[in-house]
Amino acid sequence: MPVSPVYRLTRQMLKDEILDIIADVCEEDDVKEDLSMDLFEEGLLDSLGVAQLLMELEDRLGIVIALTEIEKTDINTPEKIIAIAGKRKAEG
Amino acid sequence: MNLFGEFSFFCVLAIVLTAAFVLGVLEKSLYVPLILFSILFDALAIGRDLKGLLFFAGYILWETLLINGYLRIRQTRGRNGKIYAVFLILSILPLILSKVFGAARIPLFQILGISYLTFKSAQVIIEIYDGVIKELPVWDLLQFLLFFPAVSSGPIDRSRRFCEDLHRKLSRQDYLEHAGDGVEQLLVGVLYKFVLSALCFKWMELIAEERSFPYMAAYAYLYGLYMFFDFAGYSRMAVGAGCFFGIRTPKNFNLPFISKDIKEFWDRWHMTLSYWFRDFLYSRFVMQSMRHKWFKDRLHTACAGFLVNMFIMGLWHGLTGYYILYGLYHGILLAANEVWQKKSKFYKKHKKEKWYQIVSWAVTMQLVMFGFLLFSGHLVQQ
Repeated sequence: MPVSPVYRLTRQMLKDEILDIIADVCEEDDVKEDLSMDLFEEGLLDSLGVAQLLMELEDRLGIVIALTEIEKTDINTPEKIIAIAGKRKAEG
Repeated sequence: MNLFGEFSFFCVLAIVLTAAFVLGVLEKSLYVPLILFSILFDALAIGRDLKGLLFFAGYILWETLLINGYLRIRQTRGRNGKIYAVFLILSILPLILSKVFGAARIPLFQILGISYLTFKSAQVIIEIYDGVIKELPVWDLLQFLLFFPAVSSGPIDRSRRFCEDLHRKLSRQDYLEHAGDGVEQLLVGVLYKFVLSALCFKWMELIAEERSFPYMAAYAYLYGLYMFFDFAGYSRMAVGAGCFFGIRTPKNFNLPFISKDIKEFWDRWHMTLSYWFRDFLYSRFVMQSMRHKWFKDRLHTACAGFLVNMFIMGLWHGLTGYYILYGLYHGILLAANEVWQKKSKFYKKHKKEKWYQIVSWAVTMQLVMFGFLLFSGHLVQQ
C-alpha cells in the first residue's frame, strides 16, 4: 500500500520531536546520531531520566506510556523509544 | 503457625507440595488447589485468634471491594486524579491504622502480612489508574492477595505477572522443570535460614553485651549477615514453594554484598521492595516535582526523591526511631552518591578502574553494615 507523503512527513516530524526529548532528557545530542546506543549502559538514562522521559512524552506529545508497562529493555536505545512512542501515538 | 519458620509448617508444606506435584505432573489445573491451600495456610498462620482472623478477612474484603469498585469507576470516569487519590488512600488506610495502633500498643488492625499486602493492593489501584490493568477477575485478585508463600513477608509480586503464571498451562516437562527449581530454592533457603543465619545469630548473641568498638563492629557485620541469610533464605523458600504451583515469584536478593555503590546495593537487596518503591513512589514523585518545578534542577529533584523514598521506607518498617533513622540514613547516602557520581570529575575519570571499584566496594560495605547496626536498634539500646 502506498504511503502518502503527508503521512511520511508527520512521521518524520514525530521522530524528530521524540529525538529532541531524548536528547533533552539525556543531556547529550549524540543520541540523535547513534540510534542504537544503549542509554543505560552509557550512563545517560536512569530511573529519574525514565520518569522525565515519560513525563515529557505525555506533556509535549500527548503520548501516555505508564511506567510499569515497559521494561528497561523496551526503552534502552533511541530507536526503541521512537518505536514504542510512535506505535502508541498511532494507536490513539 | 509460623510460615517457613517451624517444623510443623514444613510437615504440612511437604504434604501440600506433594499433592501439587502429583497434580502438576498429571497436567491438571492447580488453580483451585492453590487457593484452597492458600486459605489453609493463611488460617494456620493466624492461628487460634478470632480477632486476627476477622481482621484479616475484613481487610481482604475491603481491598477486594475497593479494587473492584475502582476498576468500574475508572472505566466510566476515565483518568480522574481526585477519585484515584481517594481510592489509593483508602487502600493504604488499614496499613496506616495498623502502624499507628501498633506503635501505641493497641491490639487493633494487627493483620497478617498487612505491610506486604498493602503493596499488592496499592499497586493494583495505581496500575488501574495508569490504564495498565483493565480487568482483574475477583478470584485472580484473591489468589494474588492470599498466595500463601508470600503472604506474610513477600517477595512482592506484580499482579499482571502473577496472573500470567496463574493461567499458564504447563506441559509435564515444563512442570518438572519448575518443580526442580522449586526443590533447589527450598533447599538453599533452608540452608540459609536454619544453618547460616542461625549460626550468625548465635555469634551475635555471644558478643551482644560488649559495647567497645571492635565488638560493635563485629556485631554490625554479624547482624548484616544474619539479616541477609534469614531474609534471603525465607524469600528463596517462598519462591521455591510457589514454583510447585507454576508461579515464578520474583527473587528478592541478588548478591547484595558485591555492590560497588549504595544505589547498586538497593538494586540487589530486598529487590521487590526497592523496585516497588522505585516504580510507585520515587518515579512518580520526581515526575510530579519536575512537572511543577518544585526543585531547581534534576540533581536536586533526584536527591529529594531519594530522601522522601527512603524516609517512607523507614516509616513502613515501623514507627520506631531507629527504623526512621535507618530510612533517612539510606536516603542521605543515596543522595550523596548521586551528587558524587553526577558532579565529581574524579569519579568520572576513575570509575572504570579496578582500584577505584575495590575502594568503592569496601566503603559501600562499611556504610551498609553501619546501616544494619542502626536498623538493629543495638546502637541505641542500653
